[in-house]
Amino acid sequence: MKQLYETQRAMRNMRKAALQRGLIAILDVGTSKVACLVLRFDGPERSRGEDGVGSLAGQSSFRVIGAATTRSRGVRFGEVDAMQETERAIRTAVQAAQKMAGVRVDHVIACLSGARPRSYGLAGDVNVNGEVVSGEDIGRVLAACDMPDLGEGREVLHAQPINFNLDHRTGMSDPRGHAGNVLSTDMHLLSVDAAAMQNLFQCIRRCDLELAGIASSAYVSGISSLVEDEQELGAACIDMGGGSTGVSIFMKKHMIYADSVRMGGDHVTQDISMGLQVPHAIAERIKTFYGGVVATGMDDREQIEIGGDTGDWERDRRTVSRAELIGIMRPRVEEILEEARARLDAAGFEYLPSQQIVLTGGASQIPGLDGLASRILGQQVRLGRPLRVQGLPQAATGPAFAAAVGLTLFAAHPQDEWWDFEVPTESYPSRSLKRAVKWFKDNW
Amino acid sequence: MRPLIGQREPHGMRHDPSPSKWQYRYERWMLTPIYRRLIRTGLPVLMVSALVGIYVMDGDRRQAISDGYNDMVRSFQQRPEFMLSAMAVDGVDTETATAIRSVLNYNFPVSSFDLDLEEGRRRVEEVAVVERATLRIKPGGILQVLVTPRVPVAIWRQGEALHLVDASGRVIADVQSRGDRAELPLIAGDGAKDALTEAMSIFAAAGPVAPRVRGLVRMGERRWDVVLDRDQRILLPETDAVTSFERVVVMSQTQDLLERDVAVVDMRNKDRPTLRLGESGAAEMRRINADVSGAGN
Repeated sequence: MKQLYETQRAMRNMRKAALQRGLIAILDVGTSKVACLVLRFDGPERSRGEDGVGSLAGQSSFRVIGAATTRSRGVRFGEVDAMQETERAIRTAVQAAQKMAGVRVDHVIACLSGARPRSYGLAGDVNVNGEVVSGEDIGRVLAACDMPDLGEGREVLHAQPINFNLDHRTGMSDPRGHAGNVLSTDMHLLSVDAAAMQNLFQCIRRCDLELAGIASSAYVSGISSLVEDEQELGAACIDMGGGSTGVSIFMKKHMIYADSVRMGGDHVTQDISMGLQVPHAIAERIKTFYGGVVATGMDDREQIEIGGDTGDWERDRRTVSRAELIGIMRPRVEEILEEARARLDAAGFEYLPSQQIVLTGGASQIPGLDGLASRILGQQVRLGRPLRVQGLPQAATGPAFAAAVGLTLFAAHPQDEWWDFEVPTESYPSRSLKRAVKWFKDNW
Repeated sequence: MRPLIGQREPHGMRHDPSPSKWQYRYERWMLTPIYRRLIRTGLPVLMVSALVGIYVMDGDRRQAISDGYNDMVRSFQQRPEFMLSAMAVDGVDTETATAIRSVLNYNFPVSSFDLDLEEGRRRVEEVAVVERATLRIKPGGILQVLVTPRVPVAIWRQGEALHLVDASGRVIADVQSRGDRAELPLIAGDGAKDALTEAMSIFAAAGPVAPRVRGLVRMGERRWDVVLDRDQRILLPETDAVTSFERVVVMSQTQDLLERDVAVVDMRNKDRPTLRLGESGAAEMRRINADVSGAGN
């Protein structure tokens, strides 16, 4: 627990230092692409004078000054598989983004899409010291949460207080200053595979970069593609990436559940590659140009040239009808969505007041996906695109960049986490030393 | 499993787009703001200054540079539009003009850059006759010297020499004889030209006596004597000399004082003008006194 505090706090301090310098990089290491954005923070937004509301709902305090994407290599299921390859891909992306920005960045915020996240709901309560709740009480109640057994080789990625109860009142976002006796809290804790996280750390460190924060990609996709009402009333975001599909549920602007399905767009490509007997690159091309999930009568007649450069004329001149292609893709997409449905059911999504589901991520661009998804996931399904942030190139505004854009918002306005609150004084081993220092300061 | 030991990629395979570790580090280093500035401005400045320094280190080259510069300046200043070909002296007679020319002694043609007009003006103003001078360069390459000459107001006799003196007491020139400048009054004595203002007001107050005034003599550098013809003298006091002289003039008008045989009118005691009679007058006086006393007593 202590070590977690320390690494997370060190990252938080690094983030502060980066914001002070005004430069931070966003790194989304995915299975199919590595995206790097360089952000410049200009401090508080300058007044525009035209109207009272700032542009982009106050998100314009930063600006994207460099953006680069490169094909990812050595990543599988959102986890680092071949470290050298991943490192090289990161270097390529970072260097191109730096070149575009014209400045060197040292701090990055990264996201983790795989690594088998697991959600826990924690609760804890304490008696309030004094009459009103103070900041120290909040630290104590968070420390009073009973820690679940995470299992061997697991580490905490997020631990966010999502609700405070004071006596019989519930749903408080900030209990400080309220009078009451018993303060209790609900906390959402997300644990991930420690090895996967360490591998990503290692890759980033090998590129001479400092990690200033890490977030779950399901979480940041939700931040960027759910609109404010959906976050408030309850919604799920399904981020269909290359190697994994992230699922996150938001309620009252807090993430209350996150999980990931270890299947994604790359598996669809693999199916095409196997089904049509073509290389992976050609399968990817066929998928993006002709892919779909709902076949119509017209698709039987539409013949797709498979192409290829094997030198075997018979093989390279094969054609396939679009209906056949859809017949290959659809079962896999259905499987992914059903898997996501199972995760949502496990989380009790059906009990939420609003059951909006937003599909985002690169694989959500398959034509006809929303129709298929509404049959599997329920009626309230829409395709989501990430929020527009200032300076983002047009090429990086698609749903494939939901996690990257979400990370920029995460960098600008991070959620309070457990470790941001002051640790209760009881657990300080260096308390006596501190007292001695204080005594010296007071008396001299 | 792919080969883990590094191998050269087979020819024709697509080049790996990722930068090598050192290339990546080098790029990052070059993007660091301070090095960026150093390389983009610091290094060129350093190089240029080093080149200039090395070139200038040789004394001959320095000489050549300064010679070249001087030649350039010279050739610019010697252009015909800056050359002066003549001097015109206005406002004085020919004699003074010659003197001024000799004082200025410019060798025409001369470039106007080489002339120090201020210094030239000072030199012209040192000539005794000149009160004020203006030097200007007229279009057409002519140096014009406009001179305001000093105006003599009196002749100052010093021993045998006669000098012309202007209102401020400065000696302008010498004259051969008194007759050359008969219209000017004459002053004499030590320190006469220092009290010239008073002398001029005394001359102005002369009125009807003026034709008889020969001149003024400064006595002991403190007071004036008016010398008239027939060896008459009026001794004026140190203070209120003009008033005293006016009294004498009035006395002369009302009582023909100066027409009589009076040698000296002594006004030094203001309350009591004192007369000294001439020799014949004195003798006559004694005779009359004797008669009167003889008859009376």
